[in-house]
Amino acid sequence: MAGASEQLARQVRWRPLETAFWLAALAPFAVAPSYLSLASQVAITALFALSLDLLVGYAGLVSLGHAAFFGFGAYSAGLIAKHCWSEPLSALVVSAALAGLLGYALSHIVVRFRHLALIMLTLGFGLLLLEAANSASALTGGADGLQGFRVPGVLGFKFDLYGRTAYAYSLLVLFLCFLVARRIIHSPFGLALRGIRENALRMPAIGSASQAHLRKAYTLSAALAGIAGALLTHTTSTVSLEVLSFGRSADVLVILILGGAGRLYGGILGAIIYMVARDQFSGVNPQYWYFWIGLLLVAVVMFLPNGILGGVSALRKKAQ
Amino acid sequence: MFSSLAAVLFDGFAYGMLLFLLSVGLSVTLGMMNFVNLAHCSFAMVGGYAAVTLANRFGWPFLATLPVAFIVAGAIAILLERLLFRRLYRASDLDQCLLTIGIVFISIAAFAWFYTTEQQSTQLPAFLQGSIQAGGMSFASYRLFLIVVALLVTGLLIAGIEHTRFGARVRAAVDNQRMARGLGIDVDRTFMLTFAIGGGLAGLGGALSIQVIGLDPSFALTFLVYVLIVVSVGGLGSIGGSFAAATVLGISDMAGKYYFPWLGAFLIYLVMVALLMWRPVGLFGRR
Amino acid sequence: MLSVKKLNKSFGSLVVAQDIDLALPKGTRYALIGPNGAGKTTLINLVTGMLRPDSGQIFLGEGENQAEITALQPYRRVRQGLARTFQINTLFPRLTALESVTLAVLEREGHAHNWWRGLPAFGPAADEAASILGSLNVPAEKPTRELAYGQQRLLEIALALATRPRVLLLDEPAAGVPRDESAALFAAVENLSRELTVLFIEHDMNVVFRFASRIIVMVGGRILLEGTPDEIGRDERVREVYLGRSRHAA
Repeated sequence: MAGASEQLARQVRWRPLETAFWLAALAPFAVAPSYLSLASQVAITALFALSLDLLVGYAGLVSLGHAAFFGFGAYSAGLIAKHCWSEPLSALVVSAALAGLLGYALSHIVVRFRHLALIMLTLGFGLLLLEAANSASALTGGADGLQGFRVPGVLGFKFDLYGRTAYAYSLLVLFLCFLVARRIIHSPFGLALRGIRENALRMPAIGSASQAHLRKAYTLSAALAGIAGALLTHTTSTVSLEVLSFGRSADVLVILILGGAGRLYGGILGAIIYMVARDQFSGVNPQYWYFWIGLLLVAVVMFLPNGILGGVSALRKKAQ
Repeated sequence: MFSSLAAVLFDGFAYGMLLFLLSVGLSVTLGMMNFVNLAHCSFAMVGGYAAVTLANRFGWPFLATLPVAFIVAGAIAILLERLLFRRLYRASDLDQCLLTIGIVFISIAAFAWFYTTEQQSTQLPAFLQGSIQAGGMSFASYRLFLIVVALLVTGLLIAGIEHTRFGARVRAAVDNQRMARGLGIDVDRTFMLTFAIGGGLAGLGGALSIQVIGLDPSFALTFLVYVLIVVSVGGLGSIGGSFAAATVLGISDMAGKYYFPWLGAFLIYLVMVALLMWRPVGLFGRR
Repeated sequence: MLSVKKLNKSFGSLVVAQDIDLALPKGTRYALIGPNGAGKTTLINLVTGMLRPDSGQIFLGEGENQAEITALQPYRRVRQGLARTFQINTLFPRLTALESVTLAVLEREGHAHNWWRGLPAFGPAADEAASILGSLNVPAEKPTRELAYGQQRLLEIALALATRPRVLLLDEPAAGVPRDESAALFAAVENLSRELTVLFIEHDMNVVFRFASRIIVMVGGRILLEGTPDEIGRDERVREVYLGRSRHAA
């Protein structure tokens, strides 16, 4: 019966709009060269949001502490650059592995819980790591941050003041990780994650070892977040405690929900909108920025629960 | 050595009592409706700023501002519950978190706008300033006052829960919401009133905490973590659990700051994580 | 094929299962009946592992292949061939019927951990899912939440069948299904393979007498008696249990 495979294949196919999107991502080089460092930040944040999407959008977990993996990757990359070697690509791989390992370790605890306990545990682990980094100032530089190292460039291209290399590097890594995430989501494992999200109770009843699945999702998500953190370190040549903060965890969650969780491009879209808006309004007092974000959150939850992408697809369905 | 231990215990217990007032409302409402209200500390902020306004702008005496803080915070709580929260009782944990985080952000910005980000302070009446000497040690009068107020409130809460009709309805709704509804209990109304009382208590806590921890717009977030720790460790829907957890947290925090300052808040988070792993429903919680 | 020895479970002073003994031979169709609160769904939860018994043993398989499953986690019991459906639809709202059943097949085949190959590479699994759905007449392409209630009940059964069970426990398969959709449901139950051992909880006596070769009556956590439909129909105690109480909606 060709029909069944056809149906599945249809979802997996690469759409023309996607190709257009990735080509458009090259535009900043030409049309907005003075914004390239912002573009790098957007790419890094997009990758971070994508990693969270695997947990929140596809597996249906809540995490208020995802910055733990982002920061762990950032500090790993910083420490490697400071004490070991300054080649970024290999450092990226090592940071990803380390962050993934942390995710794997924590996952054994986290996946056993739901609801408030889960929320608190993810929050708690994030805060623990932040405190640990703060205290271990001999290693991490504490509140002053990790300094005194420079990542000169990647693959022979220097990181310059214009941010060209930085953006090319970030964009390329984002794209590659996106391809990996896409693969994960369209695989049997991705379907299993969605099953857990849709009805965690039903999964054991169809023979699924859901906790093993969740542990794997955690590990993969942590590794991707770690890559994002390492990218930040490489492109800015500093690491500050802020990478582990609750603020970062909350921001990435807001970004993901804004764009639409569980829709592959939601985190990327949310990151673009959020970071660009924040840059535009950066003159404004941070208090007032959080007022509008708060209002936006309330509005999204009440009226647009699937984020912008969800709203768009609902509109398209209505139009049909 | 002993006197410093006693001082840590005393200060810690007073701090714990403050945390209890801030947390008990959240514990009961979470246990009843499973609604994750991360904006609970915003109610505390409302109470605090109400007290500050009355005292500094209108010259009210400190003690008189306390009941008003309770009432104003409770009123705001009802308003938010009726307008927004009740639509999300069946929503996912994530949606509830996000909505209430949004409210927190809005409240922080609103208070920053009206009151600036400066620390607020109030004038205490003479009898609450200074300290009382007993047994060779001195105990800050205000901290004693905190403990007395909290114990009074605890007594009233327990008496209310155990011996009033309303309290019986609260207990029923926490135990088994569907069954309570089936028995004809107006769960929605019970919840609304509980929410108001819980919010009001948070407001009272907010007003009382000005002297001890200060008040600025970031209060809603800084104390949220501690409140959540008390609630999750104590167990949802349990007054006794909140009391115990708040006491333990208050004393541990003081002890940690005094004896292991280099650990920072690490100890608290570690204890919370360990406790939750051992008993995910909290010490006094039920599945 | 499925046997239970001295199964006990209480919640404090509430006894929900007392000294339950069962032995279901291969291929039989058993109906489990009894008033509400008798502990029928609890028994299924105990057998499938969602509840842990206070004491007793559960065995799956017969003869040399019999294995004790009392300590096995629920998903492992499913992998051994014990499947169940839920009284209230416990489905995947936003997954299509095809995706849901394909997932069950993939789990069975051990492919669900694979995060590197795309779903289209697993054509045989999708085909098998499609044929299960086809035989039950459930549309494959609609999201589950858009299916009619009766079709959702059928999807419940499809999900269980996709695990290739040896023993199938159906918890009120026809519950809430409107009259015009129940024919399809009964056809599905009737067409279940004769190799399969089936136990179903049901309130509708017509369904019970039509499909069951043996009936178990449960009251207050205990098995009152067990026998052929004739024996049960004539038994005084059963009449008392059913007619001595007020009628309630199924």
